[in-house]
Amino acid sequence: MKKELINLIDISKSFDNETVLDELNLSIHENEFLTLLGPSGCGKTTTLRILGGFITPDRGRVVFDGEDITSLPPNRRQLNTVFQKYALFTHMNIAENIAFGLKIKNKPRSYIQDKIKYALKLVNLEGYEKRMPDSLSGGQQQRIAIARAIVNEPKVLLLDEPLGALDLKLRQDMQYELIRLKNELGITFVYVTHDQEEALTMSDTIVVMNQGYIQQIGTPENIYNEPENAFVADFIGDSNIIDSVMLADELVSILGTKFACVDTGFGHNTPVDVVIRPEDVELTAPEEGTIQGTVTHLIFKGVHYEMEVEAGGFEWLVHSTGMYPVGTRVGIRVDPFNIQIMNKPESQDEEAVPVEE
Amino acid sequence: MKNSKLSRRLLSTPYAAWITIFILIPLGMVFYYGLTDRTGAFTLQNVLDIMSAEHAKALWYSLGLSLASTLICFLLAYPLAMILAGMKVSQHSFILLIFILPMWMNFLLRTLAWQTLLEKTGVINMLLGFLHLPALNIINTPYAIVLGMVYNFLPFMVLPIYNALAKIDPNVVNAAKDLGAGRVQTFIKITFPLSIGGVISGITMVFIPALTTFVISKLLGGSKILLIGNVIEEEFTQTGNWHLGSGLSIVLMIFIIFNMVISSIFDREGEGTAL
Repeated sequence: MKKELINLIDISKSFDNETVLDELNLSIHENEFLTLLGPSGCGKTTTLRILGGFITPDRGRVVFDGEDITSLPPNRRQLNTVFQKYALFTHMNIAENIAFGLKIKNKPRSYIQDKIKYALKLVNLEGYEKRMPDSLSGGQQQRIAIARAIVNEPKVLLLDEPLGALDLKLRQDMQYELIRLKNELGITFVYVTHDQEEALTMSDTIVVMNQGYIQQIGTPENIYNEPENAFVADFIGDSNIIDSVMLADELVSILGTKFACVDTGFGHNTPVDVVIRPEDVELTAPEEGTIQGTVTHLIFKGVHYEMEVEAGGFEWLVHSTGMYPVGTRVGIRVDPFNIQIMNKPESQDEEAVPVEE
Repeated sequence: MKNSKLSRRLLSTPYAAWITIFILIPLGMVFYYGLTDRTGAFTLQNVLDIMSAEHAKALWYSLGLSLASTLICFLLAYPLAMILAGMKVSQHSFILLIFILPMWMNFLLRTLAWQTLLEKTGVINMLLGFLHLPALNIINTPYAIVLGMVYNFLPFMVLPIYNALAKIDPNVVNAAKDLGAGRVQTFIKITFPLSIGGVISGITMVFIPALTTFVISKLLGGSKILLIGNVIEEEFTQTGNWHLGSGLSIVLMIFIIFNMVISSIFDREGEGTAL
């Protein structure tokens, strides 16, 4: 594992007696693209603002490169922020915007000129020096905001939902742009978003947060394929989350039907949550399935069909390239490897909550 | 299409009538009287009369006092507007109300109240005497006039600056700090330039009424101090020389237009084109 650059230790913060973060611990590594992902109000933006120095935690420490920076003001931290809605200086032109941080640090004129050129080239906006921010499109303004931050050569770039205000196509283009930038610069990105697709596309590490607690930390594959609890499973992608009982090692009872699985060590007759991704549900002829049911909904989604199948008292969400008309009797089969077993949440905090969008 | 054009024209009629009757015609009359003599012949004499020692002195005095009032208003208003803009809505609405409340009272009444307060045997001096402190003798001096101007026009400086400051995205200020600027640098390079539009309109809204006032100077300055507003008023109401009064009004109008031109230039720079 790479060197740890930032450590958040036992961070707690409340606003007006409402706890936003509770004893949060997180390590951010050098040259990592780390995404804080969660629904609004989960504490992800507060965490970023504590890193940036705009909010002081009630308790806990922020350690940057071995140095405690908890009470250091933002202007003295070696990290820069790209704000939601860009926050460009509208009374300055693009060159002045980008030069702002360098002028504050009294860098020589020629150095600043070179840096402006370099930064504009990096974000593909060469020749925009004299333009005013208001005359640029949303995507261009966002690139300038990034350029303005990176000319200061921060060790860490903090990005607060930077693509939130852009339309879908532009957002996707900018995702690739950000990955390219991160690779060219070789610095750490800490990215905040509520968009799971964005997180999966760009991140090295995803931190899923809910109600002030970290639910799971892992690679995108890890988070998607092996969610640790129902909240993570529900938040990342579509899934079937079913109350089940672990009968023994490698055998689980789902809706009263025995399914083979690969998990062990849950004990005997333990209540668990089972997660099955819709693309992992195989539809077959009724007699070939482990459990039988009836198709109740059918929608064509382009790449696949989305179906709902009523079986064993549960509406199974199914993604499949094969089409079964509404009313068809079908069998359901799931590869043991694709049945993800999770312990029931111990506390309310890990309970799956509806995701607000 | 034609119908909507017609209804638009109908709807705008009252405003057109208003502008014609209360603005264009009176303005035309001012120019007519100002540029003619009693026989109706064209003359520049009324306008050029501003050069006479008495009138020039009144004009300079007016300019000096209104500039001083504008400056004092600005110095008082800016910090206040900053405090207001930094507050939550629930907190600041009460303070804003306190500032706006006096504006609901008649302007003349407010100025008369100050006269009563400042008089040699007025409320303030009674209190000071009671406390064995020296009396405050500023009634009928320029200080009283400036005080009256500042008191009456301060809200017109506070509100536009407050509006401009409240519109600044807090993240823009955060961005400046994030890029290494301290509090003072952030204020000089970001907050103040972004509020310059409010400052300019505040200056205009204080300077122009202060320059043209005759009530404040009459009530608080006694008869000793003549401002250009008083001179013009006397020409109309006492001397009955409408021609001279109009001529001097034209001069004042030139100053007002000059002020507006300057403010529009500043505002354009405030929005920023120059490096």
